[in-house]
Amino acid sequence: MKGIASLRGGRRAVTAVLAAGLAVVLAACGSNAGTSDTVQAGPDGVDDGSELTLWTRAPLEKQANLLVEAYNASHKNKVKLTVVPNDDYVAKVGAAAGAGSLPDLFAADIVYVPNWVKQGLFKDISANVNALSFKDSINKGHLAAGTDGGKNYVLPFVLDLSMLFWNKALFKDAGLDPEKAPATLAEFAAAAKAVQGLHKDGVYGTATGLNCGGCMVFTWFPSFWADSQDVMSPDGKKSLLTSDTSKKVLGTWQDLWKSGAVLPSSKDEAGPTWTAGFTQGKVGLMFYPATLLSSTPFDVGVAGIPGVNGGASTFVGGDGIGVSKDSKKANQAWNFLNWMMSEKAQVDVLAKNNDVVSRSDLANNSFAAKDPRLVTINKVAGNGKTPVALNFQQAYNATNSPWLTLVRNYVLGDGADLQKNNDQVTAVLAQ
Amino acid sequence: MVKKRSRRDGNALMGWLYATPTAVFVALLFALPLLLVLKMSASRWPLLGGDKGLNFPDNYAKAVQNRFFADSLIFTLKYTILATILLIGLGLGLALLVQESSRWRNLLRASFLIPSALGLASASLLFYVLYSPLAGPLAPVMQRLGLSFLGTPNMALGSTLFLIVWRYAGFYMVLMLVGLQGIPAQVHEAALIDGASRWQQFRRVTLPLLRPTLALSTVLCVTGSLLAFEQFYILTKGGPDNSTISVVQLIYTVAFQGQNDLGVAAALSVIGLLALIVINVAQLRAFRSEGS
Repeated sequence: MKGIASLRGGRRAVTAVLAAGLAVVLAACGSNAGTSDTVQAGPDGVDDGSELTLWTRAPLEKQANLLVEAYNASHKNKVKLTVVPNDDYVAKVGAAAGAGSLPDLFAADIVYVPNWVKQGLFKDISANVNALSFKDSINKGHLAAGTDGGKNYVLPFVLDLSMLFWNKALFKDAGLDPEKAPATLAEFAAAAKAVQGLHKDGVYGTATGLNCGGCMVFTWFPSFWADSQDVMSPDGKKSLLTSDTSKKVLGTWQDLWKSGAVLPSSKDEAGPTWTAGFTQGKVGLMFYPATLLSSTPFDVGVAGIPGVNGGASTFVGGDGIGVSKDSKKANQAWNFLNWMMSEKAQVDVLAKNNDVVSRSDLANNSFAAKDPRLVTINKVAGNGKTPVALNFQQAYNATNSPWLTLVRNYVLGDGADLQKNNDQVTAVLAQ
Repeated sequence: MVKKRSRRDGNALMGWLYATPTAVFVALLFALPLLLVLKMSASRWPLLGGDKGLNFPDNYAKAVQNRFFADSLIFTLKYTILATILLIGLGLGLALLVQESSRWRNLLRASFLIPSALGLASASLLFYVLYSPLAGPLAPVMQRLGLSFLGTPNMALGSTLFLIVWRYAGFYMVLMLVGLQGIPAQVHEAALIDGASRWQQFRRVTLPLLRPTLALSTVLCVTGSLLAFEQFYILTKGGPDNSTISVVQLIYTVAFQGQNDLGVAAALSVIGLLALIVINVAQLRAFRSEGS
C-alpha cells in the first residue's frame, strides 16, 4: 500500500513538475510586449554611477565605441556596450522584447524605427526632447521616423549617409577631372566606363550589392529623390517603382552591368563585403556609406548621389536610439542621450573622427572646416530623406524581398516584369 | 506474499526514480517547447508584439500560401536526395577503401574524419571565404573561367553540396566502418569458398548484412538534410534569386527577417515536423520490410 502510495506520489510529483514548468513557460511567453511609459528626468537626467546597457549593430561599432568611451570617461554612469551582428539584430531585439529583457538603451536601423516605435519598444521621451533648446536642429528624418502620434521616442544615434565617392588616382588615370564630381547619373555611368576602359587588372568602373536589398535601398533611392521622384507613396503603403525615373535609374545600372563596368562579385554580393572593392582601390567610383570616409585609405572625392537630370540627394540612414520599454534606469539613460546630443559629443567626438553630426546647427564646426568633404556631406544631409514605411524590412531589406527580385530581374535580366514586381513590393508594403 | 509485493512496489518506485531525471529533461526540453510551438502556431504572435490570442487556422493557411512555400519544399527535397546519395555512397566507398588497418589507411581514415571535428557554421564560414569572388583564393581562376561558385542556382547548390560532402563524408565513413566490421569474417570466407567474385561478395553478403547501418545512416542523413539551415544561411542566404531557400531557412526568414511573424513560422515548423515523422516512419518501414 505504501509502495502504491509512493508510486502515485511519484507520478503526482512528475505531473506537478510538468504543470509548473508549462505554467512558467506559457506565462513568460504569454505576457504582452508591455506598454511604453514616459521619461521625465529633468533636462540632464541622472548621473549617479549606475551601469547602463546599450545594444547596437555591427556596422556602427566604431561610432558607438567612440561615444560610449567618451561618455564613460566623463560621467559617473557607465555604459556597457554590446555589438550584435547586423543580420541577427532583429531576432535578438525581438527575443528580448518578448522576454522583457531589452537593455536600457538600444539603437535601431532607422528604417525599422517606425515599426518598433509602434510596437511599443521605446519609452516616450517627448518631455525631455521638447525641452532641448536645439530641437529644431536635430536631423528631421531621424526625428520623424521616431515620432508616433506627436510623441518622440527616438533620437539620432549615428547618421550614415550614402554619398558618391570616387578614387581620385583612378579618375586621373582615366583622363577624368579628379576634382569634379559627375553631375548626373549618365555622367556617373560614363565615368565608370572610362575607368573600366583603363583595362587595369582587377580594376572596375563601379560596384554595388546586387544581392543586398539594403545596400541598394541606401544607394539607389537617392537617384530617384534627386529627380524629385518618390519611391513609395507618402504613407509607405504603395510602391512607385514603375515611373520613368525608375526605368532610367534601373536602365542605367542594367547598361553598366551589361557593359562589364561593374565589379563582377557585385552580382552575388549579399552585403558583408559590398564596400570592400572600393576600399581596396579596385573600383573607380561608387555610391558608398559616408561613415567609411575616415577609414578609406586613399584620396577620395565626395559628393551627393546624382539624379537622372542632375541634382543630388542622399539616404539619411544610420541608427536611431531610445530608452527601452524594459529599462529600470530611464533617468540615467536620458543622461546619456542628453549628453549624446550635446555639442561636446557631436563635435568633439563625432565630427573630430570624421563622422556626420546629427544637429544642423553644428554642421559647420571646426573639424568639418578642415575637410571640405565633411562640409559637403553635412550640406547634402539637409537634402536627404529617410523613407518611412511600417513594412520596410520585409519589402526591401529582407534577403528574399520583392525589391531585390525587382532589381535583379531588371538589371541582370530584361526588366519585362517591372510592373509585376512593383505590384509585389506594394503587396508587402500594404500588408 | 506481502514481502514479494513490497519488493515489487519497491522496484517500481526505483524505476520511477531512475526514469525521473530523464523524464524531467524530456518534459522541459522537448515536450514543453513542442506544446509552446503548437500554441504559437495557433495564435497571432508577432515577433515584437507577443501573444495576441488564438487565430487557428489562419497561420497554417498563411504558411501554405507563402510565396516561397512550394519552392522551398521542392528545393529541400532535391537537396536531401542529392546529399543522401552522395554521403551514403561516398561514406560506403571510403569505408571500403580504409576497411583494413594499415599505417597508410589509418592516415587516410584520420584525414577523412578531420572535417567532422569542425562545427558546420565554422565550416560554412571557411567555405564562404573560399568561394568569395572578392577575397577567395580561387577567385582569379573562377573569374578567368567566367564562373562563380554561388552565382547561379545550380552552382550555388553544387558548391553547398561540396561543403556538406567535405564536412560529413568522414562521419558516414565511420558509421559504415562500424557496420562493416560487424560482419563476421567467416561469412566472407564461406562466400569465397563457394566461388563468389568480389562484386558478388559485396552485392550478396556485405550489402544485406550492412542493412541496419544503412538504415541508420539514411535516417540520419535524410533528417539532417531536411533540416538544413546553417550552410544556406551563411553561404547563399537563399540566393541567387531565391533559388536555395530551404524549409528551415524559410521558417527563420518568416520569424526574424521581415515578416517577423512567429505564429506563421511556428505553423511552418509544425508542418515540417509532421512531414519528418511521416518520412522517417516510411523509411524505417521500407528497411524493415526489405529485411524481412
